[in-house]
Amino acid sequence: MEFAELIKTPRVDNVVLHRPFYPAVEGTLCLTGHHLILSSRQDNTEELWLLHSNIDSIEKRFVGSLGTIIIKCKDLRIIQLDIPGMEECLNIASSIEALSTLDSITLMYPFFYRPMFEVVEDGWHTFLPEREFKLLSSVTKEWRLSYINKDFSVCPSYPPIVTVPSCIDDEALRKVATFRHGGRFPVLSYYHEKNGMVMIRSSQPLTSTNGRRCKEDEQLINATLGPGKRGYIIDTRSLNVAQQARAKGGGFEQEAHYPQWRRIHKSIERYHILQESLIKLVEACNDQSHNMDRWLSKLEASNWLTHIKEILTTACLAVQCIDREGASVLIHGTEGTDSTLQVTSLAQIILEPRCRTIRGFEALIEREWLQAGHPFQQRCAQSAYSNSKQKWEAPVFFLFLDCVWQILRQFPCSFEFNEHFLIMLFEHSYASQFGTFLGNNESERCKLKLQQKTMSLWSWVNRPSELNKFINPLFEANSLVIWPSVAPQSLQLWEGVFLRWNRSSKYLDEAYDEMINIIEYNKELQAKVNTLRRQLAELETEDGGMQESP
Amino acid sequence: MLSTHISLEDTPTLYSAPSSSTKRSYIWRLKVEQVKLLDRFSTSNKSLTGTLYLTATHLLFIDSLQKETWILHHHIAAVEKLALTTAGCPLVIQCKNFRIVHFIVPRERDCHDIYNSLLQLSRQAKYEDLYAFSYNPKQNESEQIQGWQLIDLAEEYRRMDVPNLNWKLSDANRDYKICETYPRDLYVPRAANKPTIVGSSKFRSKGRFPVLSYYHQDKQAAICRCSQPLSGFSARCLEDEHMLQAINKANPSNRYMYVMDTRPKHRMQSWWASKKDIGRIVVRISSKIWRDEKIRESDEKARLNAMANRAAGKGYENEDNYSNIRFQFVGIENIHVMRTSLQKLLEVNGTKGLSVSDFFSGLESSGWLRHIKAVLDAAIFLAKVLIEKDWISFGHKFSDRCGHLDGDPKEVSPVFTQFLECVWHLTEQFPQAFEYNEAFLLQIHEHVHSCQFGNFLGNCQKEREDLKLREKTYSLWPFLLDDQEKYLNPFYTPSSQKFTVLEPNTVPFNFKFWRNMYHQFDRTLHPRQSVFKLIMNKNDQNKQLEKEIKELESKIKQQKTRHTDTVLTKESLHCIHADSPALKPSLCFKKEQTLLPVNDAIRTIEGSNTADNRYSEYAEEFSKTEPAVVSLEYGVARMTC
Repeated sequence: MEFAELIKTPRVDNVVLHRPFYPAVEGTLCLTGHHLILSSRQDNTEELWLLHSNIDSIEKRFVGSLGTIIIKCKDLRIIQLDIPGMEECLNIASSIEALSTLDSITLMYPFFYRPMFEVVEDGWHTFLPEREFKLLSSVTKEWRLSYINKDFSVCPSYPPIVTVPSCIDDEALRKVATFRHGGRFPVLSYYHEKNGMVMIRSSQPLTSTNGRRCKEDEQLINATLGPGKRGYIIDTRSLNVAQQARAKGGGFEQEAHYPQWRRIHKSIERYHILQESLIKLVEACNDQSHNMDRWLSKLEASNWLTHIKEILTTACLAVQCIDREGASVLIHGTEGTDSTLQVTSLAQIILEPRCRTIRGFEALIEREWLQAGHPFQQRCAQSAYSNSKQKWEAPVFFLFLDCVWQILRQFPCSFEFNEHFLIMLFEHSYASQFGTFLGNNESERCKLKLQQKTMSLWSWVNRPSELNKFINPLFEANSLVIWPSVAPQSLQLWEGVFLRWNRSSKYLDEAYDEMINIIEYNKELQAKVNTLRRQLAELETEDGGMQESP
Repeated sequence: MLSTHISLEDTPTLYSAPSSSTKRSYIWRLKVEQVKLLDRFSTSNKSLTGTLYLTATHLLFIDSLQKETWILHHHIAAVEKLALTTAGCPLVIQCKNFRIVHFIVPRERDCHDIYNSLLQLSRQAKYEDLYAFSYNPKQNESEQIQGWQLIDLAEEYRRMDVPNLNWKLSDANRDYKICETYPRDLYVPRAANKPTIVGSSKFRSKGRFPVLSYYHQDKQAAICRCSQPLSGFSARCLEDEHMLQAINKANPSNRYMYVMDTRPKHRMQSWWASKKDIGRIVVRISSKIWRDEKIRESDEKARLNAMANRAAGKGYENEDNYSNIRFQFVGIENIHVMRTSLQKLLEVNGTKGLSVSDFFSGLESSGWLRHIKAVLDAAIFLAKVLIEKDWISFGHKFSDRCGHLDGDPKEVSPVFTQFLECVWHLTEQFPQAFEYNEAFLLQIHEHVHSCQFGNFLGNCQKEREDLKLREKTYSLWPFLLDDQEKYLNPFYTPSSQKFTVLEPNTVPFNFKFWRNMYHQFDRTLHPRQSVFKLIMNKNDQNKQLEKEIKELESKIKQQKTRHTDTVLTKESLHCIHADSPALKPSLCFKKEQTLLPVNDAIRTIEGSNTADNRYSEYAEEFSKTEPAVVSLEYGVARMTC
């Protein structure tokens, strides 16, 4: 298919662009295969480049022959284009609609994007499981890498290489895979070096109503416990939901068959409930005509912060089991690709200082989200302005980023990255020129040959010039476990994302710059003092030398 | 009992005695041991055990870790004795600074004694019994006088360029004959003569006739304030009308004058319905208690005109009769509504295991943020100039505010708290516009209730003079100024002109719950690291470094001059040394290590030490019985079997 077929009108003059907090811009609108471009021809400063894949929904209106298109983006921005001429307007609208809803992944921009920068470090090879495993194998021999899934036959949503207990052979893994939903047998998620406790994750066991059991599964998860130790299974569903799952062939670990494990049920919502929550919240944030009561009741009704609280609470519980109780933890929900990953990744951020660095956080996303098989393609197909209401669309990763932001707010000096880094990840998970978040799992990414055909987000982010924007000037490595407060009074609306397009952040940005100035100035002064001290010391020794030498 | 003295280094400096760093002893009246202090938000009744002391001015709890909790009696809003439990007798103390403490006293008799003493001590009948009259910060007389002179009303008005051509100082209230609750010195339009003033004051509730509150030099616009007219709508008062005309004339550059009513319209509607020809009467309406209403002369005619018309609705004004006066209604509720609102808010937030939706519905149903928004909206309409940067910089606002503040501890009202909260919201929106920081606001709030200083005692200037506050008590301002580096905003940019007039955004999503005020004593709810403190620390460090650089530079200069003196003779040696720097670094690096130590306290992470960990109960309980469900709420894990 040629993009040209979809572009009915490639160019319209005298289009007026309206954006909040910017003066209206008049210019020429151009449609390309992947971008909507508006440039005022006077100078090239006022240019808008919008990825078609960033467009969540469009609306069109007519007043006489003047058409108006309102474009709602996945990054929550809303822009308005006034297009003279009804026909042009209709053509543009239908072209955008077609181009923003391409169903073939290989037509997406990442496959066409040619980077304008030199690739110093290929992001596709920055975070290899083998390299991660090297760290682990230097402290413990109880875990091994298994290549059982190298052709994705045992578990389609797992990566080719997984970490499993050394004492469990591949044959047993194969059996366990048949007992777990989607073949997602328990694998290592995190090893807590401080006390040797581990966090493992899987999908639900297929016990069904007849209470089926699997000896190998029991062996596998018992192998993660030390002698005489007990562990905790954190089920991210309520007991009720877990019980209902048995009717559909799923279920949960029976106490009788797993006597060394305590099961704890926490309820984290999934799917459309989250999507609706996002839609409601964004709607509340966009309506500036609300009075105070209506705003507060809409904020409450969206339930967004309730989800944040549930996820954070469950993550804290897992951390508590590992760090305070000295017990290993198994975490799963139904598929083990959504709430499970939210909990395992947040727990690592709370526990592990390395995950609070930029590299460590990237590695965490690679490990716990991309390789662990979070279906980004499905979940991030639409954002807050979607009308499609598909079951698989859900802001799961977005919620995770919001939770990280909440912790960042409470520990502003313990993270190497700043808020902009999280916002950047949010944007790229929904629409990007990079291939990183394409596909639903490693198997799909392999088939799409993303490594060869697209650029990795990390190749771009990790260049010093880009990285600069994402570095938290307040960062000081903190080796402690950072316990966030999950009280409602401590949780806040993520203004940097939800109010980003609704109010001017001029004064806040200026204050942030001022903060950076103070810190930079401090560094300069420190350096200067050091130089001067050295200089003085040199002069003094010279002096001393001269006095002694005669 | 061996001793009745508790000797303490550095007694409650932060919250009760801003400058006492001397060693003092407190005589205690009552001492109870083995008292438990419960964690307010713990679901598993986690507690600290310690000793409770009652002194003449404070209630003091020292726990087993020697941590001290000081509660000033004047801060106590309510004491409640709950039903006896097996652990002892629970005593709940609610403070005006939003601290809530929950003690368990082992013996009921002790609890009763404490309860009775606190009731007695926290409710002073006479001003003379207040802490301010016994508080002695070891200032000499001249310091005391200076402290009181720190803020001078006349000086404030001079700064606004008053008196001037249009405004004069009136001596009408010299002896408080016209209005008891106004200060002696009042500024009125030059055209207003004494009969007009007297006549107008008779028409106004409590004699509070229109006087100048704030004058904006650049725009020649003024804010005046007064109380509601007394005789309803049927009556007219010529003098009052003259007064308003005089105010209007005093602003020659503006055609319109705005009359702003701070009461919500629904309270007025019955009034309006009974009288149609409202425009005939010059109305100054205000709630009797809320004495903060103002008249405003427009400086932005067109814009405000539109707003006023919309707000006033049809028929409220008659342009034929009063072409230059506009009415504006702002829905600020009265003090009683406000008090209930705040009570509701605090009640909800004190709940254990509060859920997010309960929190928001509590926030909504309390209406607190709605009131805050109304106040701020009013302030914005009133004048974009009202919230002018230097007008509210250090203490200035209080010179104006103190005149009509309800600082009497017996008449608790959240009005002042609301004012502080509005200012806080502005500081959140304009982080660089204010010279002071949040700690300053919190400290002022603390002392409005502490009765430790004379500033907030009494209801009006006359009362304050009668109480001889200036001789008998001390002023808060010098203490705050002494400590001013604590209260300075590190982001403040004084030079910039952009903040002369703030234009705050009052869309509801800008209003947040002020956690640092209403939960200031619930440490577990706050961020564990403070950017603010860190930056303040860096700022201090920068100053020290600048100083050090100067010193080093002058030393180097000295060395160099000495050096050049000798170098003429020792030139060969100099060359060798300059080329071999490898010999020196060890010496230099040693010095660098002693570079200004970073304040460790700032980096300490609360919640990461076991003693104050909020999840630890979970572990303890877990090992006891076999639980089925674990819930983790309020940061505290709990098991329900």
